[in-house]
Amino acid sequence: MPWWLEVLIKSAILLFVVVTSFAYAMLVERKVLGWMQLRPGPNRVGPWGLMQPAADAAKLMLKEDLTPKTADPLIYKLAPFISLLTAFSVYAVIPFGASSTGATWAIGNVNAGILLILAIASIGVYGISLGGWASGSKYPLLGSVRSTAQMISYELAMALSFVGVLILAGTTSLDGIVNAQLRWWFVVPQFFGFLIYVITAVAETNRAPFDLVEAETELVAGFHTEYSGLRFGLFFIAEYVNMLTVSCIAALLFFGGWNAPFGLTMVPGVVWFILKVCCFMFFYIWLRATLPRLRYDRLMAFGWKVLLPVAVLNLIVTAIVVAYHG
Amino acid sequence: MIAFSILGAILVASAVWTISARKPVYSVVALLVNFATLAVFYVTLSAEFLAVIQIIVYSGAILVLFVFVIALLSSGVAPFSAGPNRLPMIWLPAGIVVLSALVFVIHAIAAAPAPPAPAASPGGPVGAPGVFGSVADFGKALFTVHILPFEVTALILMVAVIGVITLTSEHIPSAASRKSEAQVDREMREAILRGGER
Repeated sequence: MPWWLEVLIKSAILLFVVVTSFAYAMLVERKVLGWMQLRPGPNRVGPWGLMQPAADAAKLMLKEDLTPKTADPLIYKLAPFISLLTAFSVYAVIPFGASSTGATWAIGNVNAGILLILAIASIGVYGISLGGWASGSKYPLLGSVRSTAQMISYELAMALSFVGVLILAGTTSLDGIVNAQLRWWFVVPQFFGFLIYVITAVAETNRAPFDLVEAETELVAGFHTEYSGLRFGLFFIAEYVNMLTVSCIAALLFFGGWNAPFGLTMVPGVVWFILKVCCFMFFYIWLRATLPRLRYDRLMAFGWKVLLPVAVLNLIVTAIVVAYHG
Repeated sequence: MIAFSILGAILVASAVWTISARKPVYSVVALLVNFATLAVFYVTLSAEFLAVIQIIVYSGAILVLFVFVIALLSSGVAPFSAGPNRLPMIWLPAGIVVLSALVFVIHAIAAAPAPPAPAASPGGPVGAPGVFGSVADFGKALFTVHILPFEVTALILMVAVIGVITLTSEHIPSAASRKSEAQVDREMREAILRGGER
């Protein structure tokens, strides 16, 4: 098979899987939020509300696509695509299972895999900041300024929490990092790194309790106030795909990826990986249902004055321990 | 070579767009395209680490700050209008100088003897350990052979950070006279309560 055909087929399958899991992640989120708040959640469309994502998609597609008069038309239309593109392109390097000779689960097995993910994720902020700016009204602008500040601040701590794992694994390739966790998962020696990662991941995906970017009580809907129809849908997809991405990274870096726990190797590695990702998705939904939104100055102070020093300390301690025992 | 020509064309076009765009945000988008293309260039030169760092540092950090500043300062400001051409016909001598410099450099490179092929030629996939430009090689070179320039650069950045703090701290009340967080909280709560009575 020529390499481009393989890449094409893998991309098509991956696109289908990711979009489908986005649709049902959304349904699960609404259901779980409903149960946690003692209400049934969506249950009208199809049995048990299972066709709700299709109904939502049809609604979004049929809605009118508005562009405000004060908006900058080119950037306004470009921004959702930047968000979606960066959200999806991360999956090019995420391995879902152990790769054997000649066959890899990931589309590209890049040696600087984790760095590439960081790089692509750092471009994701443009979708939100440009979209908010181009809308040409005040609430989206405030939302986008907030998001830029928040994402820059938390990206630092996030990258530092990766470095601890990289020191232990001795490689930047995602395959190598997972293979280094055969003995124990990195969540054990890197517990503080894991805590920092979980907190920064919530902030990076702009979800509650860090969803200051779209805080509806103060900013209407934040950066996507002016967006409607399918363009809003693109932002929406990007948010959930990003949530899926941070769950995948958590499973790969801290929970052994496709490695089976307790020696249960009769279950294929892919199933373990998907299970771990699902646990994280549930955790994020749980957080959203439980915690109230932070105040903005507290969020920034927490990022710079608590998370960053703790991340640096974690890095130094890890480096010293590895230097003396590794 | 085909990839080089296409990438080069995109690179030059986006660079021209960056300086000719009337709206600052368009310049930022063009610069983003420029940086991304440059990263792809690095990959074709098998400098994997440099490519990734190019995106993380330039596109992910520096350019985001540009967007931040533009979003804060320029919303509602009209795009730049074409001003009076203050340097008439400067492009002609400038163009001639740049073109002759380019011709000179290309001629010099073509005339120079071909450099000896590197001993360990980049074989194998891009970024594999031991191959030129990989993360491992880059790190090793940075922390052994080039440790002095690396540390000096770090020092310069440190000086810049301290300088910024000293220059701006005049307008910030010193830490001792600043209100504590708890006090700010209390005042905010009182203000909210007062707001209800108004």
